[in-house]
Amino acid sequence: MADLLRVEKLTVAPAADASRLLVNKVSFALAAGRTTCIVGESGSGKSLTALSIMGLLPRALQRLSGDIVFQGNALAGLSNTQMCDVRGKRIGMIFQEPMTSLNPVLSVGYQIGETLAAHLGLSGKALQGRIAVLLERVGIPAERANSYPDELSGGQRQRVMIAMSIACEPAMLIADEPTTALDVTVQAQILALLAELKTRMNMGMLFITHDFGVVADIADDVAVMFRGEIVEMGSVGDVLDRPQHPYTRALLDCVPDAEGKKPLKPIDYAWLNGAAA
Amino acid sequence: MNDFILSASGLTKTYKQRSGRFGFGSNLIKALDDVSIALKPGATLAVVGESGSGKSTLARCLLQLQPLDAGQVLFEGHDLAALSGQELRAARRHLQMVFQDPFASLNPRMKVGDIVGEGLVIHGLGDAEERRAKVLRMLERVGLSALDMGKYPHEFSGGQRQRIGIARALVLEPRVVVCDEPVSALDVSIQAQILLLLKQLQREMGLSYLFISHDLRVVRHIADEVAVMQRGRVVEQGSVEGLYAHPREEYTQNLLNSIPGRHWQAA
Repeated sequence: MADLLRVEKLTVAPAADASRLLVNKVSFALAAGRTTCIVGESGSGKSLTALSIMGLLPRALQRLSGDIVFQGNALAGLSNTQMCDVRGKRIGMIFQEPMTSLNPVLSVGYQIGETLAAHLGLSGKALQGRIAVLLERVGIPAERANSYPDELSGGQRQRVMIAMSIACEPAMLIADEPTTALDVTVQAQILALLAELKTRMNMGMLFITHDFGVVADIADDVAVMFRGEIVEMGSVGDVLDRPQHPYTRALLDCVPDAEGKKPLKPIDYAWLNGAAA
Repeated sequence: MNDFILSASGLTKTYKQRSGRFGFGSNLIKALDDVSIALKPGATLAVVGESGSGKSTLARCLLQLQPLDAGQVLFEGHDLAALSGQELRAARRHLQMVFQDPFASLNPRMKVGDIVGEGLVIHGLGDAEERRAKVLRMLERVGLSALDMGKYPHEFSGGQRQRIGIARALVLEPRVVVCDEPVSALDVSIQAQILLLLKQLQREMGLSYLFISHDLRVVRHIADEVAVMQRGRVVEQGSVEGLYAHPREEYTQNLLNSIPGRHWQAA
């Protein structure tokens, strides 16, 4: 089966210092209906990888090399106008902070409607009807369309963000730490919702997280990033239960388990540098 | 009663929250609703709950950093509310706190040696030379060095800053340390280091911890006892092993079932 998204040898560095590789020859592929998790610690390059795909890298950074192919078309090198047609329409996005991603002075229904009007040209009754359908699909009663972000809980706001991201029935969803700011019970609900939507809409999902527990719950495939590189990639079962790379093993040893059976073992970086070399 | 180093009974704290479109209305929020907990010497009591459950209010009220509406806090048998200002300050030497955000809780204009030594100055402990020696010994215990004394907080990583925060709390040789989400801002590899450091220092210095956290995986590792809070009330408390294996309340069951990756790690 043809891949939905293919990233090949993506390399990103600051424009001012091209020798400092923040993302270093990252390659992976994503198929429709599958979830790939990129997992890593802060500074590993996982968010920059996602931003590169969407063409949203900060100005101070540049993509030095690498191809990003989505549905057979190269994304890297598209003009901003062309990219606008992909972003939000064919690739949906959700970010960590549902508080800051929504405009506080506009009703949530209006904000979902903006996406629909911009990409699909909907208006009037058709627009209102579609907003209602989207809200109910993410588990919010349709009458909440008139609510403002401050009237919703954190979990509901993230549901609104999800409604916006799937508004145009995208082929792919990029979720960057979408549950990190949420309470654990709400997190479980949002993860279940995303998994359900992915299956129902046959989307490919690229899911960025630092939490191996979340990976275990949502991923089909996993890529572990460390210092800008993917050090290990494979099915979720292989990577979590039979990790091969010393960094993956060391990182898994740091994750406290809910059973309290496993002693915590911090990473010995001196040893790791030797082992990884 | 003296089985406990710190105990609280019937704590109640109500906030007024503005409501309505322009904040003209007001709601009463019960942040603490008849909360009672007790901490055994040398043990760790974790208070877990989701945001808004009242766990951080509990931490501040226990240390008398915030006035209570009702209830009593006993530290080594003394009612903290009955102490004079001077006596309370003296008692605080033994009741220290480690905060969540190692970026916000360290004064960026002070050198690390001064940050860690400030408590010793305030409590009038030792002369300059003794204080310096104490600060140095404490920094070394948390994995920092003499060189770090002259540096400023921004020169350190998040994990190192949390070590500084721990050194600042422990240099006073407290008996009780309230840790408010001390590892939630840290990467998982750094989190493991800090948790092990806290455990080691607890053994060496005979500390009692009140550990506030929303992360049930972390709590499972650090705590002896757990109190589960929901909407200002303690809904369930007990030993870590017992509560995780046989949660009685539906809310606790729901929390435990929501731990990400539970099925993977149980396998």
